[in-house]
Amino acid sequence: MSTNATTQEQAGAGSHQVLTFVLGNETYGVDILRVQEIRGWSAVTKIPHAPAHVLGVLNLRGSIVPIVDLRMRFALERAEYTAITVIIVVSVISAAGRRDFGVVVDGVSDVVDVNTAEVKPAPELGSRAATDYIRGLVSVADRMVVLLDIDRLIASDMTSFSGNLAQAETSLAATAA
Amino acid sequence: MTIDLTQFHDAFFEESFEALDSMEAALLKLDIGAPDSELINTIFRVAHSIKGGSATFGFADIASFTHSLETLLDELRSGGMQVTLSISDLLLKSVDVMRAMLRSVQAKQPLDAQRVSDLQFDLELIIAQKNAAAATTHTVMPAAIAHLAASSAPASCAAAAASPPAELASASSAAATGAAAAKSAQRRWEISFRPYRELFARGNDPLRMMRELTELGELDVNVDLSGLPSFAELDPQACYLAWTVGLTGDVSEESIRQVFEWAEGDCDLVVRLLDAPVAVPATVRASEPEPTSAANPVVADAILSASAPPQETKADLAVPAHAAAPALSVVKQDSKADAPLSALGDSGSIRVSVEKIDELMNTVGELVITQAMLSQLGAAMEGPNAEKLRAGLAQLERNTRELQESVMRVRMLPISFVFSRFPRMVRDLAQRLNKQIDLKLTGEQTELDKTVLEKIGDPLVHLVRNSIDHGIESPEVRVAAGKSPAGTVHLDACHRGGNIAVEVSDDGGGLDKDRILAKARARGLVGPTDVLTDDQIHDLIFVPGFSTADKTTDLSGRGVGMDVVRRNVKELGGKIELRSERGRGSRFIITLPLTLAIVDGQSVAVGTETYIIPLISIVESMRLKEASISRLSGRNEVFSFRGDYLPIIRLHELFGVEPRARALHEGLVVIAEGDGRRVGLFVDDLLGQQQVVIKSLEANYGHVEGVSGATILGDGSVALILDVTGIIHAASLRAAA
Repeated sequence: MSTNATTQEQAGAGSHQVLTFVLGNETYGVDILRVQEIRGWSAVTKIPHAPAHVLGVLNLRGSIVPIVDLRMRFALERAEYTAITVIIVVSVISAAGRRDFGVVVDGVSDVVDVNTAEVKPAPELGSRAATDYIRGLVSVADRMVVLLDIDRLIASDMTSFSGNLAQAETSLAATAA
Repeated sequence: MTIDLTQFHDAFFEESFEALDSMEAALLKLDIGAPDSELINTIFRVAHSIKGGSATFGFADIASFTHSLETLLDELRSGGMQVTLSISDLLLKSVDVMRAMLRSVQAKQPLDAQRVSDLQFDLELIIAQKNAAAATTHTVMPAAIAHLAASSAPASCAAAAASPPAELASASSAAATGAAAAKSAQRRWEISFRPYRELFARGNDPLRMMRELTELGELDVNVDLSGLPSFAELDPQACYLAWTVGLTGDVSEESIRQVFEWAEGDCDLVVRLLDAPVAVPATVRASEPEPTSAANPVVADAILSASAPPQETKADLAVPAHAAAPALSVVKQDSKADAPLSALGDSGSIRVSVEKIDELMNTVGELVITQAMLSQLGAAMEGPNAEKLRAGLAQLERNTRELQESVMRVRMLPISFVFSRFPRMVRDLAQRLNKQIDLKLTGEQTELDKTVLEKIGDPLVHLVRNSIDHGIESPEVRVAAGKSPAGTVHLDACHRGGNIAVEVSDDGGGLDKDRILAKARARGLVGPTDVLTDDQIHDLIFVPGFSTADKTTDLSGRGVGMDVVRRNVKELGGKIELRSERGRGSRFIITLPLTLAIVDGQSVAVGTETYIIPLISIVESMRLKEASISRLSGRNEVFSFRGDYLPIIRLHELFGVEPRARALHEGLVVIAEGDGRRVGLFVDDLLGQQQVVIKSLEANYGHVEGVSGATILGDGSVALILDVTGIIHAASLRAAA
C-alpha cells in the first residue's frame, strides 16, 4: 500500500492502482493516474468520417473530447446507452502530446491495487495487433482483469483519425519513398 | 522643490519608440543620391526630440548619442554632406541602437555600451572626416577629447547639473575647433584590427601597418590565432589573424586610422582610447569612482565621462561623488523608490502565459453555458420574485458576454506585428544581393491568435528570404526577360473560411520544375520513369535536405528550410501550398487555423446535428424551387442562381447524417463561397446566427475534412464549424471518384 502512488513507468517495482470497469462479462483495468474523470452518458456530436467506434465528441469543461465506444472497439455486442452508462475520461500520451479521450463502458467497478509482479503477459492469440494494447492479465478476487495499455489502444486509432478524405500527402510520401 | 520627472518617463518612452519607428520608415524611403529634404527633416526632428527628451530626463548617454547623430543629420540637412548608402546604413543602425538604449533605460538594465560607443564613434568619425576635409585642423575628434578631459572636470560636472548634459556634449564639438588644447599628452589607445580573409588579395599587408604604427608610439601587440584553421584547411592566400594593439603616445585617432586607410572596408577596425590623457589632473580621476569605466569603455566618449550623469543612469554609482548634481540624484532616488511601481506600469502591459489565458477562456466558456442554463430556468420561473430574477439574469448575460469578448480580445493581435519587420529585412537583403525589390504589404490588420502570430514569423522570414534570394532575378536578367528591373515581393493576409491565409508571392523566376525533377531523380526520391504532377513536383521542395541551388549562400540553398517551414506550419495545424509558374513567379500560401478565435456563424440543422457555417462565407440562403434544379449527367445536381449554375452539396450525404428532408425543395440551400467558388449547401433548416468560440478539434482528435473546428453551444453540446473551402474540396473529390 505504501507505494501505491508509483506509476507503471517504474515497472517491476511494487504495486500500482488500477481502475477496473466492466464491459459485457469481462473486467478491464486502466492505470488510475491516467483517469481524468468519470462522468455519466450524454448525447455526443457526431464527427463525419470517423471510425465506427468513435461515437463523436463531447464538451469536457471547455475542451472537445472524442468519445470511443469500447464495446465496438473490441467488437462486442452493442449495448444501449442509458443514464447509467459511464464515460471514463482518460489521457493518452503519444508522440503528438497529451490527448484526452472518453471511453464508454458498461460500468465502473472498483479501484484495486495490483502487484506488478503478479501481472501475467497476455497469451499470444492470433494476430499480434489484437493483443497489442493489453498490458497484461492479473487476477483480482478470483476475477481476471485485463490491464489495458491506453496509449497503444488509442494510438492505433490516431492514424485513422487523421487519414481522412485527403490522402494527397501519403501518396506523395509514397512517391518520395 | 524638485519635480518628479519619472512620472513622464512612460510617455517619453512611448513617444520615442513611435518616433523611432517613423524615423526608420523615413530612412527606408530615403533615396540615395536624391534625398527628399522633407524626409531628412523628419529624421532630424526625431533625433532632435529624443535628444531633448533624454537630456531632460537625465538619460545622458542617449542624449550624447543622439547629439552625434543630430550633428550628422544636420550636415545632411544643410547639404554639407551627401546621403550615401553607408550613411543610410549607419543611420538605420543608429535607430536600432537608440531603441536598444531606450529599452535598457526603460527596463533599468545595463545597456551594451560597447555597441553604442562603437556606433557613436562611426558617426563622429564621418563628421570628423568631413570636417577634416574642410578645415585646416585634422585632429578634430581627439582634440575634443583632450580639451574636455584636460579642462577641469569638476567644472564640467557643475555644468552638467546646471544645464542638460546634451548641451555639454555640444560644447565638445565647439571645443573641437579649438585644437590648441591638444598639447602633448600621452594617450593609450587600444586598436582592434580584425582583417577579413581577403585582406591580402586587396594588396594590404598587416606587417606594413604594424611598422607604421611603431612610428607613432610604443606598441604592445597581441595576435589572435583563434581564427586559424587546421593546416589541411589553410588557404595560404587568406588572412586568418587578428591583432589587438596597445599604442601609447601622443597620437590622434585620425593618424591611427590613417595607417589602416587602405584596409578600410576589408577589416573590422576599432580604435579606442583606453584612458584619459596622462595630463589630466589626478584629482579628477580620484573623485570619480572607477568601476563603470572599466566595464564601459570610456572611450571616444570623453564627452560621456566628463558629463557624469551617464554613469548614474547606468549604475547609480557616482551619486555621492557628485556634490554638484543633487537635483539629478534626487530624481534618481525617487525613481528607485518607485521602481516596483513603474516596472508594473512600464508600458501599461504585462506578460501573461498563454496557458493562463486559455484557462481563463475555458472558464468563461463554462460560465457562458451556465448562464444560458440559468436563463432558461429563469424564463420558466413564476412567482413574486421571478421578475427580479429575470432582470438579474439579463444583467448577468450582458456581463458574461462582455467578459467573454474581452478575454477573447486579449489573444488577438494584428499580423502587422509580424509584417513590420519585413521592410527593413528586405531592404538589407536586396542591398546585399544587388537586387531591386519592392515590398508590398496588404491585409496587415488581419487579426490572429497570438500563439499563431508568434510562430508564423520565422516561416515567413524564411519564405521572404527565399523569394529574394532564389525568386527575384537580378535586374539585368529581369530586364532581359522583359520585366521591370525591380522585383516585387508581396505579403498578404486575410481570413478565409475560418482560416487565416498568409501569402508570400513574388514575380521572380518561379520554380524550375525540370531541375527539381532531375535533382529528385538523381537523389533517388523519384523513380526514373515516374511521372509527377506539378503539385507533386512542387511538394518535393519540402523534402528535408532538398535543394536545387547551384551554390550555397549564407542566405539559402542548404536545403534546410522549406521542410522546417512546412513542419512549423503543420505544428500550427495549418498547411502550405505552392503555386508557381516558370518565369512568372511563385506564390506560397500558408493556411492557418484559428486555434482560438471567434467567428460569426449561422447555425444550420441537418437531421439531429447542428453545424455552424461562418457568416463570412455565406452569400445568401434560399429555398429552391423544383424548376430551378437540374441534374448534370443524372447525378450532379445544380441550380441556377443569378444566371450562374451552382453545384449542390448535400451536407447530409457528405457527413453521413440522416436528414429530415431529402427532397431539395423541402430544405434550404445556403449559398456559400470558398476558394473563389460558390456552391449551394443543402441543409434542413436555418437556426440562428451567433458568435461562437472556435475550439480545436485537433487538440484531442484530428483534422476532419470540411470542418475547421468545433464550438460549444448554449446548452453545453458541441457543434462542428464548417470549413466551406474544405467542403468544396471534399465534395469535388467525391464527385471525381
